[in-house]
Amino acid sequence: RRWAELVPESSWSPAVGASKMKVKMLSRNPDNYVRETKLDLQRVPRNYDPTLHPFEVPREYVRALNATKLERVFAKPFLASLDGHRDGVNCLAKHPKNLATILSGACDGEVRIWNLTQRNCIRTIQAHEGFVRGICTRFCGTSFFTVGDDKTVKQWKMDGPGYGEEEEPLHTILGKTVYTGIDHHWKEAVFATCGQQVDIWDEQRTNPICSMTWGFDSISSVKFNPVETFLLGSCASDRNIVLYDMRQATPLKKVILDMRTNTICWNPMEAFIFTAANEDYNLYTFDMRALDTPVMVHMDHVSAVLDVDYSPTGKEFVSASFDKSIRIFPVDKSRSREVYHTKRMQHVICVKWTSDSKYIMCGSDEMNIRLWKANASEKLGVLTSREKAAKDYNQKLKEKFQHYPHIKRIARHRHLPKSIYSQIQEQRIMKEARRRKEVNRIKHSKPGSVPIVSEKKKHIVAVVK
Amino acid sequence: METAPKPGRDVPPKKDKLQTKRKKPRRYWEEETVPTTDGASPGPPCNKKNRELRPQRPKNAHILKKSRISKQPQVPKKPREWKNPESQRSLSGAGLGSSPLPRSKAKTRSRLEVAEAEEEETSIKAARSELLLAEEPGFLEGEDGEDTAKICQADIVEAVDIASAAKHFDLNLRQFGPYRLNYSRTGRHLAFGGRRGHVAALDWVTKKLMCEINVMEAVRDIRFLHSEALLAVAQNRWLHIYDNQGIELHCIRRCDRVTRLEFLPFHFLLATASETGFLTYLDVSVGKIVAALNARAGRLDVMSQNPYNAVIHLGHSNGTVSLWSPAMKEPLAKILCHRGGVRAVAVDSTGTYMATSGLDHQLKIFDLRGTYQPLSTRTLPHGAGHLAFSQRGLLVAGMGDVVNIWAGQGKGSPPSLEQPYLTHRLSGPVHGLQFCPFEDVLGVGHSGGVTSMLVPGAGEPNFDGLESNPYRSRKQRQEWEVKALLEKVPAELICLDPRALAEVDVISLEQGKKERIERLGYDPEAKAPFQPKPKQKGRSSTASLVKRKRKVMDEEHRDKVRQSLQLQQQQQQKEAKAKSTGARPSALDRFVR
Repeated sequence: RRWAELVPESSWSPAVGASKMKVKMLSRNPDNYVRETKLDLQRVPRNYDPTLHPFEVPREYVRALNATKLERVFAKPFLASLDGHRDGVNCLAKHPKNLATILSGACDGEVRIWNLTQRNCIRTIQAHEGFVRGICTRFCGTSFFTVGDDKTVKQWKMDGPGYGEEEEPLHTILGKTVYTGIDHHWKEAVFATCGQQVDIWDEQRTNPICSMTWGFDSISSVKFNPVETFLLGSCASDRNIVLYDMRQATPLKKVILDMRTNTICWNPMEAFIFTAANEDYNLYTFDMRALDTPVMVHMDHVSAVLDVDYSPTGKEFVSASFDKSIRIFPVDKSRSREVYHTKRMQHVICVKWTSDSKYIMCGSDEMNIRLWKANASEKLGVLTSREKAAKDYNQKLKEKFQHYPHIKRIARHRHLPKSIYSQIQEQRIMKEARRRKEVNRIKHSKPGSVPIVSEKKKHIVAVVK
Repeated sequence: METAPKPGRDVPPKKDKLQTKRKKPRRYWEEETVPTTDGASPGPPCNKKNRELRPQRPKNAHILKKSRISKQPQVPKKPREWKNPESQRSLSGAGLGSSPLPRSKAKTRSRLEVAEAEEEETSIKAARSELLLAEEPGFLEGEDGEDTAKICQADIVEAVDIASAAKHFDLNLRQFGPYRLNYSRTGRHLAFGGRRGHVAALDWVTKKLMCEINVMEAVRDIRFLHSEALLAVAQNRWLHIYDNQGIELHCIRRCDRVTRLEFLPFHFLLATASETGFLTYLDVSVGKIVAALNARAGRLDVMSQNPYNAVIHLGHSNGTVSLWSPAMKEPLAKILCHRGGVRAVAVDSTGTYMATSGLDHQLKIFDLRGTYQPLSTRTLPHGAGHLAFSQRGLLVAGMGDVVNIWAGQGKGSPPSLEQPYLTHRLSGPVHGLQFCPFEDVLGVGHSGGVTSMLVPGAGEPNFDGLESNPYRSRKQRQEWEVKALLEKVPAELICLDPRALAEVDVISLEQGKKERIERLGYDPEAKAPFQPKPKQKGRSSTASLVKRKRKVMDEEHRDKVRQSLQLQQQQQQKEAKAKSTGARPSALDRFVR
């Protein structure tokens, strides 16, 4: 009678015959498995018993393969081209408070403000004579600063002039030498310019608070650290990267590389990490506490790297190069995960990663600003919950099977313009020859007399404190 | 029993013979475009050495590479029986920590640890979801230990509810018998074909006839393809494919004189065994012959598939059962099962047990987990001509016009052959047997027609709606069909261990490392020799530096010695164990070096 408690009365019954057996048959009520009306969703009972789901690994592998193929099929990163400048775009700046607004300065002294959602220019200013060398926005987003070849620093209001008013800067500072770059402090009314020396300015004054130099060369860019806001980094044409603390009068330390660094960018999430875009086709990610060895050497460009910008997550950065392409690197990988190029895009001079980490903007020689997706195959717009679930599932599968040779090959494949492709081949041969020579030299000399220098250390000349 | 000499096999070989071809180790991506080239193995598992080296893990054990996606748990996360993860992990013998990643970096290791923890969590969650299962399996119990085999079908029919009683029926078709039959994967549809050409398909639950034709030719076997809309019929000369209206869609002349059909649903392969001795794999999604393998054993008329790994088991007249994959020209393994020919083979749904019956009137159950040894044997008066396993592990044997059903202790245990669970006598000799999936029903084709028997406890009570749903609508079927076709598993991936794909490929990893060292001229991962750091003034004399260096070197040396000693001890223990379990010491042992 034990069963009487467990089994409902209807599903079993003792037979009336001589033998009193207990029997229960599988008897499903279809009402529990079929939807009642056509307006309902279909019922899908689940059972996770592995014997009902055989071939788990091979099926997941095939799913991952399909997901990887689809990712390449849907990889259409180019979104828009903003045209209107009448000379090459020399510098870009993001609006700190507004995702849709960007500012750009051109080689003819013109500054334009763009609206990204409408993809048009909303304001044009003839700011300087000659190049606009640098542009930066104030942290509050009400005004912005430009420096130009005409030895001036100008502050402009973000909103346009009222009806009938002249387009005029808020302030103009006349300097003695040409300024080549500018950056604004992230929290205070202080900005820094660079040229012959690094000057730190109070917004209210016309003279710098302090000027710092180390050596006698022109400094090409200066950047404030977004986390430790008193720190600055600059790079000069005598191949060095100099770090400063705003609170003291002298620079902190510098590292000398093989070739000139064009610009640096601080990691917005890790205070002491920065990446330098170098003329020797590489990017170097440094830990400022240990400058003698870069954390990572990022190699993939085939010409000088001109600009670099971090994604707001601090996990990836984008670099612009003279080889007419932009590349996206993970911070901890030495090879790029993505390369963007178009037939019409010439030497890319400046690049920015938008603050929502979804888009990339680049300004190039041929007067256009291009807008790209940061994740080439991402679907734009609102996703339904099922789409999102499928996306997450596929993402995880791709991650899980990423090292399988078939999948890796498909995921890694990129079409490259012929110029870049042949350059890569050529440089591979050159590198191989150099390596072979080194190996031979080690092989034929006294053991231990020729030191093995790692790729990371190879490009660092010295660290000076 | 005699066994091919195998390294590391402690069990003394007995009567059964396991032969596996030794192949050069090959990576699975090699020669994938030409899967039929000789020696192109689908992966490391197909080569015997690999299989032998790896401890065969239980099917339900925790496996290292499993999806950890909680969003769409389309894949089984977790065996239902698994209540104690810790004990199972040690059973499996290869948790993540012991995965053969040589000198894995700290970052990778930590990532793996996180993944492992995640996986454990999802496994536990999946196990807990068992609570939500709606249905209970059926059962049959006699009064006070009364033998259930004495209970006849009429009693059961009388005792159960009307809906279940309607599942018992007899089709009296004396004219065109004997019949072969096949249920569709959802268990909703039944197709049967008689020796004299009668082919019919019906929805057996509602008893609605889908089609009925006479092909005017002997029908050897009949099989549903991936859905109930397509039907493969092995006729006297060629293989024909019909749709559910009975319209002939294809006549495949490359498969001639086919005796048995098997359909591998996840690979979309139709395996055919022919009188000419060929095992042919036909990809039904693209209509191409994937592989035609010559078994070199004469007429093939005993065939069965292993649902766990899609390996085809062929029974031969010399008493062996050979295991085949389309990627290999040679059998993956050969097992000597019987004296005299093999009459029937069946493999259970977990791929753990294989039942065979032979001309020597014996019925044997083999363990397929690496050892290939018989677990139990029983001599039957007439021998069984047909065998089949149910989803919950019941074994049915057709002997003349009688079917016997044996049950095990529970799911996942081999059926015990001492006492039958049920028996039934039919009106003619049995010609085909199959348990209906997800129902407590056994279909028997015999010379008098087709009988549907009630076997309580045979079917899996809870189906998975995304895999095979008996109640699916047409739209659901169409959607499922597209999904299934998208994730069609390539035929090259069929091998004995379907999880082998997820294992770390140690061979190519080490090969790559070796190549890298050769290319660079030095080992970039080698540990640099210890250099003592200069200390404070006065304590950094040359003598103290040397002393410190010496100290570290000695410590390293001691570590090495300790490790090697430990290894030696382990080996000795192993040997001692092997000796103690081995045969009686022989006088000739003294000459062994």
